[in-house]
Amino acid sequence: MPDNFFSVMQFELVATVIMFIVLLLRLGKKRITGDSLLLVINGLLTINLLVGFFCNAHGSLFGDMFFSNPLICFQKSILNLGLLIISLQSWPWLKNHHHTAEFYIILLASLIGMFFMISAQNMFMVYLSLELATIPLAALANFDLQLRRSGEAAMKYIISSAFSSGVLLFGISLVYGAIGSLNFEVISIGMSANPLMIFGFVLIFAGFAFKLSAAPFHLWTADVYEGAPVAVTSYLSVISKGAIVFVFITILYRLFQNIFDTWYQILFLIAVLTMVIGNLFAMRQQNLKRFLAFSSIAQVGFILIGIGGNSSEGLTASVYFVLIYIFSNLAAFGVISLVSTLTGKESISDYKGFYKTNPLLAWVLTLALFSLAGIPPTAGFFGKFFLLMAGAAQDNYPLVIIAALNMIVSLYYYLRVVKAMFMEENADPIQKLKTGVSPALALIICVAGLLLTGLIGGAYEYISSIV
Amino acid sequence: MNLNLLILIPVATAIGIIAVKGLPRVRMVALAGALVQFILSFVLFFSFRAERASGNQDPFVFTQYYKWFPSLNINYQIGVDGISIAMIMLTAFVVLAGVLISWRQEKWSKEYFLLLILLSTGAYGFFIALDLFTLFFFLEVAVIPKFLLIGIWGSGKKEYAAMKLALMLMGGSALVFVGLAGTYFFGGQSFDLSSGAHITMDPDKQMFFFPFLFVGFGIFTALFPFHTWVPDGHSSAPTAASMFLAGISMKLGGYGCLRAATWLMPEAAHYYQPLIIGLSTIAIIYGAFATLMQTDLKYINAYSSVSHCGFVLLGIGMLNETAINGAVMQMVSHGLMTALFFAAIGMVYDRTHTRMVKDIGGLLKITPFIGTVFILAGLCSLGLPGMSGFVAEMTVFMGGWQNPETLYRVATILACASIVVTAVYILRAAGKTMMGPLVNQEHALFSDAKWNERTAAFVLLTGILIMGLAPFIITDIIYPGTHVLMDKIASGASITNEIELLK
Repeated sequence: MPDNFFSVMQFELVATVIMFIVLLLRLGKKRITGDSLLLVINGLLTINLLVGFFCNAHGSLFGDMFFSNPLICFQKSILNLGLLIISLQSWPWLKNHHHTAEFYIILLASLIGMFFMISAQNMFMVYLSLELATIPLAALANFDLQLRRSGEAAMKYIISSAFSSGVLLFGISLVYGAIGSLNFEVISIGMSANPLMIFGFVLIFAGFAFKLSAAPFHLWTADVYEGAPVAVTSYLSVISKGAIVFVFITILYRLFQNIFDTWYQILFLIAVLTMVIGNLFAMRQQNLKRFLAFSSIAQVGFILIGIGGNSSEGLTASVYFVLIYIFSNLAAFGVISLVSTLTGKESISDYKGFYKTNPLLAWVLTLALFSLAGIPPTAGFFGKFFLLMAGAAQDNYPLVIIAALNMIVSLYYYLRVVKAMFMEENADPIQKLKTGVSPALALIICVAGLLLTGLIGGAYEYISSIV
Repeated sequence: MNLNLLILIPVATAIGIIAVKGLPRVRMVALAGALVQFILSFVLFFSFRAERASGNQDPFVFTQYYKWFPSLNINYQIGVDGISIAMIMLTAFVVLAGVLISWRQEKWSKEYFLLLILLSTGAYGFFIALDLFTLFFFLEVAVIPKFLLIGIWGSGKKEYAAMKLALMLMGGSALVFVGLAGTYFFGGQSFDLSSGAHITMDPDKQMFFFPFLFVGFGIFTALFPFHTWVPDGHSSAPTAASMFLAGISMKLGGYGCLRAATWLMPEAAHYYQPLIIGLSTIAIIYGAFATLMQTDLKYINAYSSVSHCGFVLLGIGMLNETAINGAVMQMVSHGLMTALFFAAIGMVYDRTHTRMVKDIGGLLKITPFIGTVFILAGLCSLGLPGMSGFVAEMTVFMGGWQNPETLYRVATILACASIVVTAVYILRAAGKTMMGPLVNQEHALFSDAKWNERTAAFVLLTGILIMGLAPFIITDIIYPGTHVLMDKIASGASITNEIELLK
């Protein structure tokens, strides 16, 4: 066993250990349930997050298949943070659920898959870990066991992700056929603009676009988001998407650097299409989960612009944006999940007069939406600014102008929700809700994050220093 | 003096407002914050004069510099020159008056004052920013409070107006962003505004990015044809929000057009000069005639704001020192005057619950104080000598006339002529509502202005009269500021001539 085995694989090992602890808790003679189980699990996840901060390993394992450096550690910590917040938020939902432990076991399995995926240095490893990350999610999407639409969401998710995996696998095999290796280093040197490789690249790109829910591969998103339990929806839209973004950047920047001109054209088209479609559809949504699904599609469009910068600024801005996106989207999902769990209401028109009954929650949701829209002083402003700046460095001003105009459209639909909460009357408003300790804690973390990550420049500078 | 105070005090006030409960306490905290800021603006004014008197000739004084995102060369950088001080004082006057006018804001008073103070924070930050990123940050900070202020506390079709205003201003910011990206990448990878005099952009790039920056900021200051948010926004907003919108917020645009667009890209400014002048003349004339048709007092003032802000852009567009001085003075003057006008309209509306000219009459006899304020604001608006409007508009005309070319002469004459139209609608509105017979007998029972309304009007009137009677107090600090800007702006002319010669 290599000396650096434990330090390089720290995240994966810790997560695996936690997974087994949860499993043992489930199997033990004395069944722990309800609040005490959740307390233990959330404690473990907190430890998981904190331990991650001490990782700065730099090295590779398994014959260069697995690699870690401070940036990768940071990316994994972002995912850990998101997981902890989601776990805190879903406390009221899981408290009375019969399969709490299973939920966490599957969730952690998916997380471990994402960790391996981020660290992968070999297409085989990428594919394997991608499957490890997605298949458990299909089970999770079905976790509202008695709900029909939850099962439907799971079915849709498994079919679409199987299809996209197939496309991805086909692309990988073409690249392998052309170059004769799956190792990143070898592929990146051997990559050139011959038709076979470009075809392989396009398929790989499409496979990832599916997972990112970039247009025109976004069609599964809204249905799955709407049907799945809110905790799973937020996991899908934030953590799963964040991990894919990280891998996608690595693949574009390292593997396909030689054919930058080709991928930039495709990226440009997909980014514009994703933003426009996401925004146009988001305008018409009434269900808040569907609404956030389309808005998150539009956000992916912005991330793609930053990635198009093809520079260390682009990478920094994208990672920074994912961090901010976790705070803002989870703050929004946190409020929606609370309302949905306690009252079952999910429509925008149900939120009319929400401010009168729940002023604090309304402010949190407002801040989250402002951050998604990119309004200062929330962190979203900084995230979007830097993404667009990174994109503008390519001298592609039409793209920047389209993006800037899209920000106006997106502001319109975010403000629609704010308008409903603050300005409109409702005969039957949502009652005053009891937030509970752990969702409140999650919201506090999110709000602190989306106010501070931007105003205090440290987060961006730290990412920039390790990129 | 430490300029950070100008941001920290509103932020502290906002936190204070969050901390206390009940209208009486909330408004006391807000008033205290506004008063401190008001005093601070005078301290700033005098310490700036002392600094200049002691021989400090740096273009910007009291500068401070903190690294924000050093890897992108983005810094939090602040400092002031005479122009920003004039704008800061304007803001302090309007904020104080606005807080006083809202003294009896019963509905959700905490949120109301909080948003007012946040809006002013954005304005103060904008005026002291010396880094384009900082500037842009504060510009956008000032947008969203307006949306909530209008949408929640407004009247009429408030939700429509709020949405329209937020989207149009956001559109302006989006254009500004594109322009900023251009200045960053083609002006030396920096957002630094304090060394603006040294930034030289390739003229070709200037031609491309100048319109974004100028139109983007122009939307904020009702550049024709992007003025349509002004009438709806102003007339739907609650009184204090109208005052802030017209008094402060529209000035952000004029200041940005001057400081960012024109200063950083002088060649392009000269190239697009005919267009700027054409559009601002249209705004002046169109605004004036559109006002003639209005029957609602707030719409009258809103459309006349379009016309008056046209003078600001006209002055900037003339690209000579006198006219730009005039533009800056017009910003200050219009800010004070329109805030006073909206305050007066608000006082009338609070009593009559109507803003339609035909439903009001003879108020001067019943409420002499409000009537007098109303008429004074009107007179200032039509440019009566002795008041700020006269000084400012006169300077713009003098500057405009210095341009010998026919187009600019015609534009200046047309702008001058618009004053006659202004006189028509102002005198008609003031005459109908304040004088003449009582239209509604219930109006005879009205009480005159309360102490808070009197104080608010007094504050703004003081500003207007000081500027009208002793303009040198304010011009002494503005002129050196524009002089520095002109050094660079004037240099743009030669290059533009060369381009034309080459063609």
